[in-house]
Amino acid sequence: MLGVKDPSLLRQRTLALLLAVVMLFGLAACGSAEEPVEPDQPAETPAEPVETTEVIIASTTSTEDSGLFEVLIPAFEADNPEYKISVVAVGTGQALEIGRNKDADVLLVHAKADEETFVAEGYGTDRQDVMYNDFVIVGPESDPAGIKDGDDAAAALKAIADAKAKFISRGDDSGTHKAELKLWAAAGIEPSGDWYDSIGQGMGDTLTMTSESEGYTIADRGTWLSMRDGLDLVIVVEGDPVLFNQYGVIPVTDANNQEGARAFADWIVSPAGQEVIRTYGVDVYGEPLFVPNAQ
Amino acid sequence: MSVSDSGANGLALSGVGIRKVYGKKTVVDIERIDIAAGETLALLGPSGSGKSTLLSIMGLLEPPTEGQVLMDGRAVSHKDKSARSHMAAAFQHPYLFKGTVADNVAYGMRLRRVPAKTRRAAVTDALAQVGLEGMEGRSALTLSGGEAQRVALARALVLKPRVLLLDEPLSSLDPLIKGQLAQDFARIFREHGMTTLYVTHDQNEAMAIADRMVILRDGQAVAAGGVDDVTGLPPDVWTASFLGSEPPLEGTVVSTGDGVTGVDVGGPVVETVADHPLGARVLVGVRPEDVLIFDASADIPQSTARNQYVGTVADVQLWGVMYHMVLDLGGARIASRVSRASVREMGLAVGSRVQVVFKATAVRTRRLG
Amino acid sequence: MNVFVEAVVTAARLTLEGSPALWGVIAVTFEVAIVSTVAGIVLGAPMGFLMGASRFRGRRVLVALTNTAMGIPPVVIGLIVMMVLSRKGPLGFMGLLYSVDAMSIAQTLISTPIIAGLVSAAVASVPGKLRLQARSLGASRVQEALLVLKEARLGVLAAIASGFGAVVRGVGAVMMVGGNIEGKTRVLTTAIVQESRMGNFGMALALGLLLMAITFAMNGFLTWYQHSNERYERG
Repeated sequence: MLGVKDPSLLRQRTLALLLAVVMLFGLAACGSAEEPVEPDQPAETPAEPVETTEVIIASTTSTEDSGLFEVLIPAFEADNPEYKISVVAVGTGQALEIGRNKDADVLLVHAKADEETFVAEGYGTDRQDVMYNDFVIVGPESDPAGIKDGDDAAAALKAIADAKAKFISRGDDSGTHKAELKLWAAAGIEPSGDWYDSIGQGMGDTLTMTSESEGYTIADRGTWLSMRDGLDLVIVVEGDPVLFNQYGVIPVTDANNQEGARAFADWIVSPAGQEVIRTYGVDVYGEPLFVPNAQ
Repeated sequence: MSVSDSGANGLALSGVGIRKVYGKKTVVDIERIDIAAGETLALLGPSGSGKSTLLSIMGLLEPPTEGQVLMDGRAVSHKDKSARSHMAAAFQHPYLFKGTVADNVAYGMRLRRVPAKTRRAAVTDALAQVGLEGMEGRSALTLSGGEAQRVALARALVLKPRVLLLDEPLSSLDPLIKGQLAQDFARIFREHGMTTLYVTHDQNEAMAIADRMVILRDGQAVAAGGVDDVTGLPPDVWTASFLGSEPPLEGTVVSTGDGVTGVDVGGPVVETVADHPLGARVLVGVRPEDVLIFDASADIPQSTARNQYVGTVADVQLWGVMYHMVLDLGGARIASRVSRASVREMGLAVGSRVQVVFKATAVRTRRLG
Repeated sequence: MNVFVEAVVTAARLTLEGSPALWGVIAVTFEVAIVSTVAGIVLGAPMGFLMGASRFRGRRVLVALTNTAMGIPPVVIGLIVMMVLSRKGPLGFMGLLYSVDAMSIAQTLISTPIIAGLVSAAVASVPGKLRLQARSLGASRVQEALLVLKEARLGVLAAIASGFGAVVRGVGAVMMVGGNIEGKTRVLTTAIVQESRMGNFGMALALGLLLMAITFAMNGFLTWYQHSNERYERG
């Protein structure tokens, strides 16, 4: 979702979109247009007390779904009025691809190995740890695999596979999906069969489908906490260290708004940013959703 | 179902108390209409007179608001599939279906599950009847207007209907083809002996094809009878003007004898072959085509025409290829048709003095009271 | 630009090599599209015929409803079907959610108003007197209707093609009620969404090209069919 709150920015974006559409049509016409297409009206430049520039963050749907950005972005913009943040929430894989195409200025994702490769290949300037949350295994109250109250994630997955209990996999190459695949590998199982549904969708849709199918899945705690009221699911396994999920921030090399990207990365690992993360979610869920751990 | 003896093939069709109301408008209101078995009845009237609606009702294509259709005296309705299967229709626009000529002609037979082989033979026959031999394979939508109308007729005839319904089948065609088709139609109806209801607004067509006619005005029958009677002696001013003649003259019988009756129509005495007593009040009419005009000074050759008068041209109008002329015979007015050449030659105009001649046999009368 | 080249190459490779997974996706795509198009014809064509060829009380309301239904976004239809088929929904006991049947139901709700609306327009273009003509030759109401549909064949075919097109390229509803389950309910469009979410733009575009090829083949078939009938059509 592209959240743009400033109306003047919205006007500029609308104009830019119109231009892009016109250019695409020109391209589609294969040069049949003799003259370059010009917009009828010149772009309006509204009077602004402070000149702001847009910083595009590519992040994951699970981060967006957790609601963290709703407090994080206003806090950052209050400290840095020269920047406006827009968030593109996609899967980790697509977020990294967007970064490679330099369509975003900074990434906030949670797939450490891929992130390090991303930086090593020169697409990102550097990577810093920001925070972690943890994954939980959730399932129906009836618990057909009999794994409730466990703390061994791999053993629980093995039990699910043995019972051929329904398991919904995100199957979307996301950080959560990668964590799930690592756990299956640890359990020594290659999941497949009628009980294992790979759906290629986001965390929210996956939880909804799991609830409807009375199955199990692995979810990040943030999304789980924000959605649990509408689901017929309970936590069956939590607390296993392998379920921890590290987030990193990476400014994109040669991005559009390098200063903005750097400013965001520096802010989120600063005491101010870390404090916002530490307190987020406590008022609503009675517990924080993320644990800040910037060095 | 009983088959009437009077028609070789056709069924008698009657409508009793037929009313059709659309919204608040009564479009048809007919006390009684009868078509004898094997007869061709023309429904004549201007557009909007309700004649097409009456045809739809009589053809069981739509139900009347009130009234009953009888087929050989038996009450039938639009839901009566067996009654409907005795009927077939063709309309002003031929409404040919996509496909070949043969597909079109065979449509009704396919609905009646006639075997393909029988269908093919019947299609060939029907096309031959309407003069379209060997056209089976042509695309129906590439035909000329006259060909299309012939196919539409063949499509109805091939069903050997006992009642045929034709709604202005010729009116969208050019005059040459129209005349030819009208003759062909009349011949075909006679050969088949079917009962035919023929809707038209053209009295010439009606006269060429029909035995009897009913004239409709605003949904009501204003005249009914033999074709010659209705056109020769229109019952009122409206009908007369619709038929292109003058209203009938009213007069008193002043002489009888030798089978010839003289009627004083308020000036001239008109001689007719009808038989009425002296002093009787009668209506008198002559068809305009039967009235001949000669130059005032012309020497009229001896003829059997008993009615010879001198009159004045009261009105001249060009109607198509002929002039319509109203003649004042000194108190009585009659109409005549005159060719353009005659008008030019005689220099006829309003006020011209002319001699007016018509035969006693051309005069129609009806006794009043 | 090389992502486009990559997509074309990938599309060609996918089609030539094939893979059970891809054939599965295409098979489900066709199953849903064909079932919901046929169901859309069965439900929508008679409705369209009634709207286009007859006058009855409530016809305007039905036409307005159909036009509205044609404009409902597929995700809204997906949402409604999902809520109805959900375990907590009124038809939850049938256990249909996240199945090919659920997708066919949702897509039928999309194809039906499209086919009804377009059939209605096609049928309305056939003169009413043509039906009178058929009736006068002995046609029953059903036979009349069949003749009118046959006369309006090109418009009816276009309606069917539009219905098929809408369901084969629709994504919102099938994603919601099918769930994009690999090997079960994944179709080309949901696979495209997934691949692009995962950053596999080349693969996503390649699947898009396959989808276009299917639509193109369908339209090509209809065009051929039209041409093969053309010699009996109005010049």
